[in-house]
Amino acid sequence: MGTSTHVLPGVMSATEATLRRIFLDQVRHIPAGERIKRCIQCGTCTGSCPVSYAMDISPRQLIALFRAGELEQILQSRTIWICASCYACTTRCPSGIRITDTIYALKRTAMEKGLQTQAPHVQRLARLFTKILMRYGRLHEGSLIAAYHTRGNPLKLFSIIPLGRKLLRRKRISYLPHRIKAHAALAKIIRKAEQIDMRHTEDKLEYSPEYVGYRGLGELRLEQRKGA
Amino acid sequence: MKYAYYPGCSLEKTQRGYDESVREVFAALDQELIEIDDWNCCGATMYMSVKETVSMAVSARNLALAERMGLDVLAPCSSCFTVLAKTNRVLNSIPEMHRDVNEALAEGGLAYSGKTAVRHPLDILVNEVGMDAILRKQKRSLDGLKIAPYYGCQIVRPDKGFDDQENPVLLDRLLGAVGGEIVPFPLKVRCCGGMLMTTFEDTALSLNRDLLACAVQNGAEVMVTTCPLCHMNLEAYQDRINARYGTAFALPILYFTQLLGLVLGVSSQRLGLDGSLLPLGKKLSTMTEAAYV
Repeated sequence: MGTSTHVLPGVMSATEATLRRIFLDQVRHIPAGERIKRCIQCGTCTGSCPVSYAMDISPRQLIALFRAGELEQILQSRTIWICASCYACTTRCPSGIRITDTIYALKRTAMEKGLQTQAPHVQRLARLFTKILMRYGRLHEGSLIAAYHTRGNPLKLFSIIPLGRKLLRRKRISYLPHRIKAHAALAKIIRKAEQIDMRHTEDKLEYSPEYVGYRGLGELRLEQRKGA
Repeated sequence: MKYAYYPGCSLEKTQRGYDESVREVFAALDQELIEIDDWNCCGATMYMSVKETVSMAVSARNLALAERMGLDVLAPCSSCFTVLAKTNRVLNSIPEMHRDVNEALAEGGLAYSGKTAVRHPLDILVNEVGMDAILRKQKRSLDGLKIAPYYGCQIVRPDKGFDDQENPVLLDRLLGAVGGEIVPFPLKVRCCGGMLMTTFEDTALSLNRDLLACAVQNGAEVMVTTCPLCHMNLEAYQDRINARYGTAFALPILYFTQLLGLVLGVSSQRLGLDGSLLPLGKKLSTMTEAAYV
């Protein structure tokens, strides 16, 4: 499934190294994110996950694959996009690993690299969400769902009409989005934060391909400390 | 007490019943809510999947506005609650993120120290207002109404907060004290799927079928929720679940604040019960002015 080809055991491809650098930089920003190193492969995460049955890679396998240097395969999976962010795994992990936050970091890495995943529709929804937020400052559910189906499966629009009418009759839908007064200031904040995110990605730390498994994270932290 | 009220986007319209009932219940209990002026969307789970600093900055703008008011934030939506609390956690533990977010906020003339507390109405009602004060204002009993208390995932997780993470009890205690009969509901913190109803409908329908089946088989006459996403999935998609699985669920879904409002003597219309998509059932209808639907 993954396209990464290993030259030698324990040596990662250039793509894998790049993806890993972006991902580890995201992990560094998760409070207690480095605990990913402590995984004992017990499977409590998979057992606690209400949607693991619908995943192609279970949460436990996800960490094993990361450890084995197969990040690219994880990023292309359906798994990271089916996580509904209920945090059951995080709460129960005996090693205190922030699994849900780590999956968010994986989602961002996949978005960042524009990777082809098995759930492009979720990525489309996320992008539309950010567009609406940028324009209005608030989410307008009607606009989001309509735009999402129009760009995906327009026939789906018909199936949501009955619900729309019921909500309308009970004054639970507004036709137009509400735009906040400070939308221009919010847009400025977002643009600035986007620049900062770019800076994070471009801050290329020297990354040696031999850092397979968890070592990468340890080295990254060391570099940071030295730099500080 | 006074709180900086953050309704969130869902409560503005599609889930107005939650917004209306929170405002009514807090007013009835002499708690003041001041809506944060010109608040913006917290970014929800979606923005967090796209850009990191942006998602934190968008969420932190609201916390910065509340900080200016000098008040704790009250966030009824579970998703907003979790996102805002998470922003606090990240900013307080990763100095680099705090600096970056403030750099972004400065573009909008704002700054945030990281000190605004984010609270959920269930926490405030039980732990601050207190059961004694609520019982003193009680006008009506729930009279043995059989309730399945559904907490959902995001008010008790990921971090230890105001209630137990595996078996929270505050809703049970609150609604039990005002006359409700709490039915056993072992799925009280199991996920409803949230946005999966849009992106992976089959999976979400199955999750919600499980929740409804558990509640109904344990004798519930009503399920109460604390989250607009759970509420939407369980209420608006009940007919689709019935069509898919050949079930005949007709379980009214109410916000816990709507039930509490009835107990405090607020009219059902002011609690937004006129917006319910499902019949309220025999027992509940005796407590409301109209049967609705």
